[in-house]
Amino acid sequence: MTDLTELYQQVIIEHSRSPRNFRPVPDANRSAEGANPLCGDQISLQVRLEADRIADIGFQGSGCAISKAAASLMTGAVLGKTTAEAEDLFRRVQAMVTGRADVPADTAGLGKLAALAGVRAFPARVKCASLAWHTLHAALHGSERAVSTESPSD
Amino acid sequence: VPLDAARLRRDFPLLHPAPDGTPLVYLDNAATTQKPHVVLDAIQRYYETSNANVHRGAYDLAVRATAAYEQARRRVAAFVNAWTPEGVVFTRGTTEAINLVAASWGRANVRAGDCVVVTAMDHHSNLVPWQLLCQEKGAALRMVEVTPDGRIDLEDFDRALARGPRLVAFPHVSNALGTIVPAADLARRARSAGAVVVVDGAQSTPHLPVDLQAIDCDFYAFSGHKMLGPMGIGALVARPSLLEAMPPYQAGGEMIARVWDDHASWNQVPHKFEAGTPNVEGAVGLAAALDYLETVGRPAVAAHETALARHAIARLTELEGVTVYGPVTDRAGVVSFSLADVHPHDVATVLDQERVCVRAGHHCAQPLMRRLNVAATVRASFYVYNDAGDVDALVGALRKAAALFGVPV
Repeated sequence: MTDLTELYQQVIIEHSRSPRNFRPVPDANRSAEGANPLCGDQISLQVRLEADRIADIGFQGSGCAISKAAASLMTGAVLGKTTAEAEDLFRRVQAMVTGRADVPADTAGLGKLAALAGVRAFPARVKCASLAWHTLHAALHGSERAVSTESPSD
Repeated sequence: VPLDAARLRRDFPLLHPAPDGTPLVYLDNAATTQKPHVVLDAIQRYYETSNANVHRGAYDLAVRATAAYEQARRRVAAFVNAWTPEGVVFTRGTTEAINLVAASWGRANVRAGDCVVVTAMDHHSNLVPWQLLCQEKGAALRMVEVTPDGRIDLEDFDRALARGPRLVAFPHVSNALGTIVPAADLARRARSAGAVVVVDGAQSTPHLPVDLQAIDCDFYAFSGHKMLGPMGIGALVARPSLLEAMPPYQAGGEMIARVWDDHASWNQVPHKFEAGTPNVEGAVGLAAALDYLETVGRPAVAAHETALARHAIARLTELEGVTVYGPVTDRAGVVSFSLADVHPHDVATVLDQERVCVRAGHHCAQPLMRRLNVAATVRASFYVYNDAGDVDALVGALRKAAALFGVPV
């Protein structure tokens, strides 16, 4: 059996209970909606972009502990970053949560985001961890359509 | 005679304990059920002894394949007390059966300004086909409300009937809550109001004795895989006179009588609605499943599940953080619940680590979830091979989930 404490690390539990930046963003100039139709996870993400830098970011919505904690951790990690830096983090988080469970995850430089590494061993939960990131990607690219974890672009 | 679940479980290869002795606690039977040896053997034997295409071969093997397929049809008809075996149309399952009614009867009979009635308790498969039909025809869709304890609101049902709907659709048993709907009563009211009645029997046929001539609806749909049979086979059971008058659903081989260059005439009912090579192995496997259930005894199956659900509700409500949804009485073997504010998917992940399989989600009933004011629930659903030990395992795993997420129980 895989150890559940790898998935539900204290950081995850804590962020899911008290999510950071769980609020609307005043003067937001980028936003996107994300949904995981199979689970019912929903996220509404708002960003204020200033000269290609994420000056403020906040999210609202409902979902499981993994999706909520992932969104909370994401907002903390990308605040103050350029869009290119945020996209780079997205790629690295995606690689971490979809990587092989029997190989140690590359978490160098990911800081608290490394807490999501345990998701690798739970394929049914990968979408929960990546929903917020897909939604951020859509917001930064000004895509108007709602993001779905069931969309063919995944 | 009470049912011996531990003995029956030995008939199901997938439910044999793991090499380390850990049992698999399978509590997602409303989604699909496991298969006994007799069903797997019937499919194997069909391919080893009788496989050929049906209704068209001149040789003995094809005659035997056709006999097996038509014998399965008569078996299904007897199981639900259908009007006639010709009123049994084999489909992929409940979803295709309801889509058949919407596409054939619905397109031919529902017009602009007409009303179609559904309930807030319906599975998406008995809702979305009617949404599409009403959108196409410019008809109104009226959704009957549910009561706070998860029953169809009968007063609202009568208000909806006052609009003189062309068609009324409802479930016999709610897949999300387990509520047993008084189908015969609702069908009588709806038919008195002049409506054609469609009943989703996906969750009732596996669990309750079903007598269609007593329910007296017009169309009844169910799936084989939810009642120990294989996936990909189910049936639409209908009043033969309605089927006779309906246009075809899909077109191709088997469903025709004569074909000219520019038109065709149709085969007899039910073949008119079974275009193409049918799922013969599925029908044969389903018939074996029905034999198995009859041997166990259908009143015993219903009593066993009712008792198990009652036991589960009693044990679950001992836990402070658990909320159980749905009615206390008139409930089949389905128990939907939540654990404090822990998301059902997190609960299901923890339970899975204890080899307890439950469903977490909206159960394809989003309008109902909205009315319960929840995004999702955890659902445990029982069948013949479950027993009190499975409920103990569920409760034990829930305690672990509660501890992990810091919920007092």
